[in-house]
Amino acid sequence: MSETVLDISQVSKRFGATLANDTISLSLERGEIIALLGENGAGKTTLMSMLFGHYTPDSGHISVMGRVLPPGRPKAAIRAGIGMVHQHFSLAPNLSVLENVMTGTESLWRPWSDRAKGRARLMEISARFGLKVSPDARLGDLSVGEQQRVEILKALYNDAKILVLDEPTAVLTNVEAEHMFGNLKDMARQGLSIIFISHKLDEVMATADRIVVLRGGRVVAERRAVETSKAELAGLMVGREVKRPLREPATPGAVVLEAKAVTLREGGVERLKAVDFHLRAGEVLGIIGVSGNGQAALARLTGGLARRSAGEITLFGQPVGDLSVREVVGAGIGRIPEDRNHDGVIGEMAIWENGVLERLPEFTRGGLVDRKAGMEFARRIIEGFDVRGGTPASRIRLLSGGNMQKLILGRNLIEHPKILIAAQPARGLDEGAVAAVHERILAARRAGTAVLLISEDLDEVMALADRIQAITGGRLSPPVRPEGINARQLGLMMAGEWGAAEHAV
Amino acid sequence: MRFERREHIPPALAVLTPLIAVAISLALAGGLIALAGAPVLTAFGKIITGAFGSKLAVTETLARTAPLILTGLAAAVAFRARLWNIGAEGQLYLGAIAVAAASAHLFGGLPGVVQIPLLFVTGALAGMVLLLIPLWLRLRFQVDEVVTTLLLNFVALLFVSMLIDTVLKDPLAFGWPQSVPVASQAELPKIIPRSRLHIGLLVAVVLAFVVHFIQSRTAFGLQSRAAGLNPSGAAFAGVPLGRTLLLVAMLSGGLAGLAGAVEVMGITSYVTTELSPGYGYSGIVVAMLAGLNPLGVVLAALFTAVMFVGADAMSRSLAVPSYIADVTVALSLLTMLVAIFFTQYRIRR
Ligand SMILES: Nc1ncnc2c1ncn2[C@@H]1O[C@H](COP(=O)(O)OP(=O)(O)OP(=O)(O)O)[C@@H](O)[C@H]1O
Ligand SMILES: [Mg+2]
Repeated sequence: MSETVLDISQVSKRFGATLANDTISLSLERGEIIALLGENGAGKTTLMSMLFGHYTPDSGHISVMGRVLPPGRPKAAIRAGIGMVHQHFSLAPNLSVLENVMTGTESLWRPWSDRAKGRARLMEISARFGLKVSPDARLGDLSVGEQQRVEILKALYNDAKILVLDEPTAVLTNVEAEHMFGNLKDMARQGLSIIFISHKLDEVMATADRIVVLRGGRVVAERRAVETSKAELAGLMVGREVKRPLREPATPGAVVLEAKAVTLREGGVERLKAVDFHLRAGEVLGIIGVSGNGQAALARLTGGLARRSAGEITLFGQPVGDLSVREVVGAGIGRIPEDRNHDGVIGEMAIWENGVLERLPEFTRGGLVDRKAGMEFARRIIEGFDVRGGTPASRIRLLSGGNMQKLILGRNLIEHPKILIAAQPARGLDEGAVAAVHERILAARRAGTAVLLISEDLDEVMALADRIQAITGGRLSPPVRPEGINARQLGLMMAGEWGAAEHAV
Repeated sequence: MRFERREHIPPALAVLTPLIAVAISLALAGGLIALAGAPVLTAFGKIITGAFGSKLAVTETLARTAPLILTGLAAAVAFRARLWNIGAEGQLYLGAIAVAAASAHLFGGLPGVVQIPLLFVTGALAGMVLLLIPLWLRLRFQVDEVVTTLLLNFVALLFVSMLIDTVLKDPLAFGWPQSVPVASQAELPKIIPRSRLHIGLLVAVVLAFVVHFIQSRTAFGLQSRAAGLNPSGAAFAGVPLGRTLLLVAMLSGGLAGLAGAVEVMGITSYVTTELSPGYGYSGIVVAMLAGLNPLGVVLAALFTAVMFVGADAMSRSLAVPSYIADVTVALSLLTMLVAIFFTQYRIRR
């Protein structure tokens, strides 16, 4: 009794020289969950943007419930029952949940809005799909997971029959992600059809009925989840087998960075509570924890963006005061920010400008920027770190997520930093890119760089870290070695049970 | 219907759309002129001859271009860094009154070569000071500078009108509220003798190139652009946001103050409350027309001055109400802005 709700037929889209989508066909049944998988830049977002009417296909057509969708008309897409949850949320932080859900659903010419009716409808949908929200909460006060729930509710409020989610879990904690996928399955059982984009093979295997793999703008494979494996999918995505690299044993050198009883208080909140850690040359210290437990504060503190309230920090054996970003960079500390688009790059500026901005003094003579040297620096990064999709002079926002991350990694590693602070370095990256990033981090470790790896990905930390400390509620556990511990024990440590850490090293 | 930013601007479009804009604005203005009972084509002719038709007309247009370039630059520099300085008008007046006071009471005896540069600096400093107040309020208390700069315009104008009625009042002006004049050595040399066209225009054009150079080549220029485009990204990269904004404010306020200095020293030689026909506000339009590009500001200021002077001459010689001239100017600026928008964006249905 299968019923096709969506039929994408022979759709192509070209951006200048890149063929982002090449005669793609795809169909979706009622109640089905499809995962769209593919490397960074494979064309997943482009395809979904055409479905939603943000881009107009160069050729091909899309039909919903058997009716051809007029191209390039978001309004028509919404009316046809397509709901989209973008990776970057499009909600207004200063409005309430209800206001956010209702905006755009009523005609502008209506003299007043029917809030009571809207509220009733929101509550009804919320109950039906088990998506709990409080309609009067200010959106900006909600956690990222809750905000995403509001995005989904908004789509459902608009009578979506087909829900599209672009990398929904890239910003969620593992717990939030599990919860969300539970909701999605529930919705599918009630007859909704769902397409989601993800780079995480585990969640793809666990949630999707069918998996569609894109590579270089083409559909290269389609598999039922029950008849494929993570290894096969990873291979299909990149066209070769990818294996995440593993760290080889090494003897770390001198302590380069040490924090003793460091506390960070911001606006009356203690983000870090008397944390102790030290970092040796040529080793990776993994900080594992569910996001929101002080990771951001730790990254800002070590990256020169926050001042400690108490405690001592020693850098290369010398006690130091509060360093500015410029001093931190000048001291040979590289930084990979957790939020690429928000902190890592300035989208409207050129790749070369993004490359030199944090080390601007080095590229400045008598107040003038040495543009030639900057371009050359960017060219070296692009070549050395395999950044694809742009030249030094092109705007950085045109790069796909993975390539942007390679550029950020490159601008830090190309100068052989003594310390690298990497916050969630593989977030939002495809399997191949993750392997590449890990390989680069390990290469830096081999070359003697001390790496502070802040991550919530267990596999990542287990594979890369020489020592691991868990972070919970702003506290750091004593360090443990990955060999002496299993994933379950690490899980307990992340929950604040430090018993497992009694063999601290 | 949506707008999508063009990655490449076709050159034909860049040339054609402004022309279409002028045509549309003339057509609209033509309707009004016809309603006022004047011959439309003659009126258009008068706009052109009024702005270019004689040596006098050309010099008058160019003389008006000078302050517009400076206020246009003031807005462009600030807006690029997302510092919303709407206060160029007040900064202009404060610059002007500072120059009049300094020339009359401090530097009056100095020869022109010394006094003129000193007065330029004085005017610029006065403009800077007036913008530093809103900047401080923004950095310290997050007060929106759109509101504070706008309100300070009225404060500045009232302050000036108090001064020219009291301590800085010209005793020889038969009781008119006007300031003491600048010393004769401080009057700007004329580019063309016996016209109103003075070297302020050259100063303004040179400054446009200087600002362009600063923005495109210096570390400060790069940092101020970064701070405007993505403050948190800029902070992550170590751009000192406060200091960068401070420099931007000094540059922007200084340029606006200089506009006042140039008007006093080049045209009027004293300050009244009618010194500026809204140059400060028009500067915002000029900057937008120029897409915040400092060299574009020169052309945009010229266009704006042509419309001002031409429309003025038209209304005078045909005896149509002067508000039609104002509407014509406003229409032309508006259609030009829309046209420039369409060269940068395309419509998607
Ligand atoms: N507006 C645009 N202009 C020019 N090129 C673009 C544009 N949007 C996307 N591209 C290019 O098209 C290709 C596909 O991009 P798309 O965003 O669809 O990739 P993706 O599969 O979503 O990647 P990611 O996993 O990194 O999000 C990339 O090479 C990208 O650089
Ligand atoms: Mg994408």
